[in-house]
Amino acid sequence: MSDEFDLEKLADALKSATPAPDAEKKADNIAAAMKNFDARQENVAEARPTSETTQTGAFFKGVARMFNAMTSRAAMATTTALVAVGFTFYVVYPQLETNRGLNLPTPETTINRPEPAPRPDGTLKTTDGEAAQNGRVVLAEEAEADAVSDIAGGLVTLAPQAEMLVAPSTGIAPASPSRSVAPVDGYAIVADQAMPAEPDTEAFANEETNPLKITGEEPVSTFSIDVDTAAYSVVRSSLMRGYLPPKDAVRIEEMVNYFPYAYPAPEGVHPFQPTVTVTGTPWNAGTNLVHIAIQGELPALEDRPPLNLVFLIDTSGSMESANKLPLLKQSFRLMLAELRPEDQVSIVTYAGSAGQVLEPTNASERSTIMAALNRLSAGGSTAGQEGLQQAYAVAEDMAEEGEVSRIILATDGDFNVGIYDPDALKDYISDKRDSGVYLSVLGFGRGNLDDATMQALAQNGNGTASYIDTLSEAQKVLVDQLSGALFPIANDVKIQVEFNPAQIAEYRLIGYETRALAREDFNNDAVDAGEIGAGHSVTAIYEITPVGSDAIMSDALRYQAPAQGSGSDELGFLKLRYKNPGEDTSTLIEVPILPGMGEANTDTSFATAIAGFGQLLRDQKYLGDWGYGDAIALANANKGEDNFGYRAEAVTLMRLADTLSQE
Amino acid sequence: MDGSDEELAAAAADGNREAFAALLTRHYDRLFAFAFRLMGARDQAEDLTQDICAALPGKLRGFRGDARFTTWLYRVAVNAAHDRRRRRATRAKAADGWGDWEVNRQAAMRETREGLDWLTQAMQALPDDLRDTVALILGEEMKQAEAAAVLDVSEGTIAWRMSEVKKRLKALLEKEAEA
Repeated sequence: MSDEFDLEKLADALKSATPAPDAEKKADNIAAAMKNFDARQENVAEARPTSETTQTGAFFKGVARMFNAMTSRAAMATTTALVAVGFTFYVVYPQLETNRGLNLPTPETTINRPEPAPRPDGTLKTTDGEAAQNGRVVLAEEAEADAVSDIAGGLVTLAPQAEMLVAPSTGIAPASPSRSVAPVDGYAIVADQAMPAEPDTEAFANEETNPLKITGEEPVSTFSIDVDTAAYSVVRSSLMRGYLPPKDAVRIEEMVNYFPYAYPAPEGVHPFQPTVTVTGTPWNAGTNLVHIAIQGELPALEDRPPLNLVFLIDTSGSMESANKLPLLKQSFRLMLAELRPEDQVSIVTYAGSAGQVLEPTNASERSTIMAALNRLSAGGSTAGQEGLQQAYAVAEDMAEEGEVSRIILATDGDFNVGIYDPDALKDYISDKRDSGVYLSVLGFGRGNLDDATMQALAQNGNGTASYIDTLSEAQKVLVDQLSGALFPIANDVKIQVEFNPAQIAEYRLIGYETRALAREDFNNDAVDAGEIGAGHSVTAIYEITPVGSDAIMSDALRYQAPAQGSGSDELGFLKLRYKNPGEDTSTLIEVPILPGMGEANTDTSFATAIAGFGQLLRDQKYLGDWGYGDAIALANANKGEDNFGYRAEAVTLMRLADTLSQE
Repeated sequence: MDGSDEELAAAAADGNREAFAALLTRHYDRLFAFAFRLMGARDQAEDLTQDICAALPGKLRGFRGDARFTTWLYRVAVNAAHDRRRRRATRAKAADGWGDWEVNRQAAMRETREGLDWLTQAMQALPDDLRDTVALILGEEMKQAEAAAVLDVSEGTIAWRMSEVKKRLKALLEKEAEA
């Protein structure tokens, strides 16, 4: 017998064994196909004024989209939302805001994503030679100030999402068009002036703090909810190391939503309950805060459906350090204790040792699962083979009626999961999202962390992105709040608030910059938005300036009639849309916002303190002389029960930030 | 009706009946042969072809024109084969789960081995993704890049899978030699 199996023999046998098609069957099958074809034409003849083929085809190919898909945080907001933000700044692409509505002539450019260069923790990285030649040097998210000063010429882009730089040879550079080139926070941000005037959403202007809106001009505010908490962990990790976090790492809504709140639980038909509270603003006597709290129901734990979990674990060499793979193993060990015997777990690795390392195994077989986890070792090149596809295939095989399937991707930022084209990756995940498999992302370690891609993947996969920096964070994400992280109760939750210009002169939304939606997206069920998990609470805070307040910042216009309201004394009108998991049609909830509605309590006040803290870290321009001391006092006074100590920890972080900001 | 596959497909997607008929007739035999190589048995190949034909009018609207029509058709076929296998697996899957199902399947295979030629044995010994790859590379004589496009994986994966096929078939032969 030869050493090599002879493939030619197999090929010949395969071909000679293939029978000729049965003529009768052939005729039948073709006839059946023609019949379906005809039936289809009747159905779609009217429903399809434009060719959907063109739309879907063109949609994902747009170069602009390709960027939007992965480079910008705004883009990550939701599949579509992002552009809404860009829209605020340039009214260039009027059709950009709907998911399927993009119908642009698009060049079929393939963008080659350069391999991420290895980066030691906290140091400067150039992603590739070409980028450097192009005058763009990319600074890792947490690069410290001294590293910055090393760069001559000051051509520095501070980009936490630097991963997706595109080789200049493609002729497309992800840079900001003529926008602010001012040094920010000691880091020089230089826009690439060679850019065509394309509505590029990677640039930071998109993520600038939500500006004050004048109710008479723009009464409607629309956004997607966000239950991610990664930003808070990143902020904590920076402060604990003795540095103020990069401003762009601060997503205020993720900080606010990091904390559990005991908002009123839902009663009635909807899976969550909105509660609106109107209170005074600690940092401005002339304005009020509208605090919108959403509390998701917590179904009885014993009723929860069986869970199929596929751990997709990055085992590339960079995962070796103690706060990565070892922490991941410990974290999963904590989580295993929370699973029930009928839940199933499978482990797929990518990079280094590739493939399925644990067949679907009942959670009761703890030792088998732990043994498989412990066998994982970091190392080897990043020759990841179709890790993500394999994970989805495993998840789909495990899925049965009535069960919840979720992939948990754990990585330090190496997203070499087998699909290289960011657009294809996003496309793939969106497709899979529709098949009912959720995707969550856990980030580990700093220095390589690709916050942008994490967000993009999780949001397109209907999941959450969390950043695990300590075992206690693992405890929070994977144990204390496991059911919220794993069991969705409402999908595509969107919020729209219409303010009454007769009562409210100006308003601004605090945070949610990356989650903005176009006004018309609210009613478009095809537009993806955030998910609420079991027991999750979500908070959104508006600062509003009543008509006649001396805190109004903008003067009335000389040539426009003053805004006319309906005369109603409502401050505004809150609308929420959500879909029940597995459904395609959304349900609407409406709540009028009345003056003096609700009562402030420790939860709303603590959320306000965190919103203030986030603004102090990010952009203080609306805070007046309100400072860390005030935030600390407000948070301390409203710690409430704080069973897990999260709020006490937040006060510690505020104190650290206070000290660091005085250096 | 004349025209390239892609032209016909575009016309068919826009509702041109004649184009659709021409396209299907042109590719039916190839499709059936491929279905056989995917499923490894005539009756299953018939069923699969029937599935694909019935679904094709609906699927056609998803043909984006960015790949060759045949590449796309193979992809549709591979996906349909996955669906069939999955349905079959779900039906066969006992309450105790996949592990037992696999054990039963292997046992059943051993019992009927006498009656099967080595080709069927060899193909059945391969997991689905390897069998798909074999059907494309050996059966359809595709280049690795083409097969990669159909299966939506990288070329490296195809190469790796083919070496895996060799390994597994060699192991199978050795096992038979021992028996």
